[in-house]
Amino acid sequence: MSEKKKLVIGVIGADVHAVGIQILNHAFEEAGFEVTNLGVMVSQEEYIAAAVETAADAIMVSSLYGHGELDCRGLREKCDEAGLKNILLYVGGNIVVGKQPFNEVEERFKRMGFNRVFGPGTSPEETIKALKEDLNIK
Amino acid sequence: MKPILMIDFGSTNTKVTAVDLEQEKLLGTAASYTTVQTDVNEGLNNALALLSEKIGTLEYEHRYACSSAAGGLRMISCGLVPELTAEAARQASLGAGAKVMKVYSYQLTEDDAEEIEQLSPDIFLLTGGTDGGNRDSIIENARILATIPKDFPIVVAGNRTAARTCEKILTEAGKQVRVCENVMPKFNQLNIQPAQNEIRQVFLERIIKAKGLSQASQLISGIMMPTPAAVLAAMELLSKGTEKQSGLGELVAVDVGGATTDIYSMTDGLPDRLNTVMKGLPEPFAKRTVEGDIGMRYSAGGIVEAAGIAAVCQLSGLSEERVNQLMELIITHTDTMPTTEELVKLDFALASLAVKTGVSRHAGTLEKVYTPIGEAFMQTGKDLSRVNKIIITGGSLIHAGNVDRIAACGLYDMTEPASLRPQRAEILVDKQYILSAMGLLSQYEPDIALKIMKKELESYGIAE
Repeated sequence: MSEKKKLVIGVIGADVHAVGIQILNHAFEEAGFEVTNLGVMVSQEEYIAAAVETAADAIMVSSLYGHGELDCRGLREKCDEAGLKNILLYVGGNIVVGKQPFNEVEERFKRMGFNRVFGPGTSPEETIKALKEDLNIK
Repeated sequence: MKPILMIDFGSTNTKVTAVDLEQEKLLGTAASYTTVQTDVNEGLNNALALLSEKIGTLEYEHRYACSSAAGGLRMISCGLVPELTAEAARQASLGAGAKVMKVYSYQLTEDDAEEIEQLSPDIFLLTGGTDGGNRDSIIENARILATIPKDFPIVVAGNRTAARTCEKILTEAGKQVRVCENVMPKFNQLNIQPAQNEIRQVFLERIIKAKGLSQASQLISGIMMPTPAAVLAAMELLSKGTEKQSGLGELVAVDVGGATTDIYSMTDGLPDRLNTVMKGLPEPFAKRTVEGDIGMRYSAGGIVEAAGIAAVCQLSGLSEERVNQLMELIITHTDTMPTTEELVKLDFALASLAVKTGVSRHAGTLEKVYTPIGEAFMQTGKDLSRVNKIIITGGSLIHAGNVDRIAACGLYDMTEPASLRPQRAEILVDKQYILSAMGLLSQYEPDIALKIMKKELESYGIAE
């Protein structure tokens, strides 16, 4: 079996933005990751179930409709509960309502247990670079 | 004339079905009590004698058999996440015609091991992890299984990177192990055929002997398969057709027995709206579910529990007190036939609610979700709403009066709008009780089996 690092990706909550997640899927695969794409309207439990079964290295949460903050609460705690100790958690997109200073938003999500937080307009390359850093890929 | 014989060793009755391959028609059927405790041939010979009375004594060129005698194929399966590999393992077992006694997920415990030992399955299906995914769980579970001092064969169909390790652990413990492809090689990708093939092999090699059917198998020229697997094969053929003949298309089949209710559906069941998101495991085209708590006699109590006593009273027109009295009678005397007017009414109510409950549990559901950018739908399971054929089989239904009204209870119901049951369907009844026999025949002569089914299934019109 390949030694590729494994990612679980998807758009959280009642969010139906279906295009961006496909672009990310391709970008991550292109960059050498093994991707499990859960698509849109993904619940926290679905990310966790997929990560457990595939032994994923990271869960990548996308949110584009502004309700990400509510949707993401408690995900880290549930991961801990499911035995996914120290799994990498990323979140990105239009993750909060309105225009708020990004450093405050980042701070809030980091306190929720996310390792990296990405604002609107982040390029896939930037996320891939961070992943390679965090997963020690040369 | 080129007669062949199909035999179905059922838990109560041994049924024989004779077909003429030359004229491509059904010659006759007969049934007699199954005698698995002594010698199964006894019951078989009794049934054959009855058949001879009807159609004369014939020299059968071939004899094919299926069996659900002696408890059927009793299986336990195990996976990692309940909604993922554990569910895939359950699907694989049910599709192979098994009676699934228990499904475990995550790590097996010592208590589980004791329970497994007690249940003593015919086959254990061990899965867990996608290919290259989680290895620890399935390996740990293999270790637990290795400690159980019971001699049941184990089919390993999990993460391929862990398969060899599991095989080694179990073989060293003296278990009979068969390894095959993962039931879920990639996340949410169902791959249950290889596991089903292994289950079938084990069934042929070991189970038949263990169930005392081997004396009979000497007289039989081919395929012993579990009866539900035969019915599933018949339904798939009836739906898809062959190269030469078209099938009936998408369909649902209902088999209400004394102890369990089996539901089959032949459809992809995909959503027909654009704004619908599918959730959960993809569904196999040919799907079987078994409701172990729903049946006309042994499990009659389960029907009342699921549907409520009020529904039974309403449909039967009997008082609650009377229903309770009669229920006690049929559950303690499971061979009670509907000989009085009251029992006929009660059986009608029970059968209707068994069909309703069974099909409801089999069908998918549609949930409306309000999102900030408008309304969307989430579908879990199969959408049966456009399926337009319902096949009715099983001893307790095919001879019942009002079978069309009973079947109609499997249809869409305004009071449960989320349940994706068929909207409108033609009711076809397996009057001759030949579906399992046709499933056997389909393995050799699919065209003839299809032709006979099309001819023998009796239409009761369209219900909506």
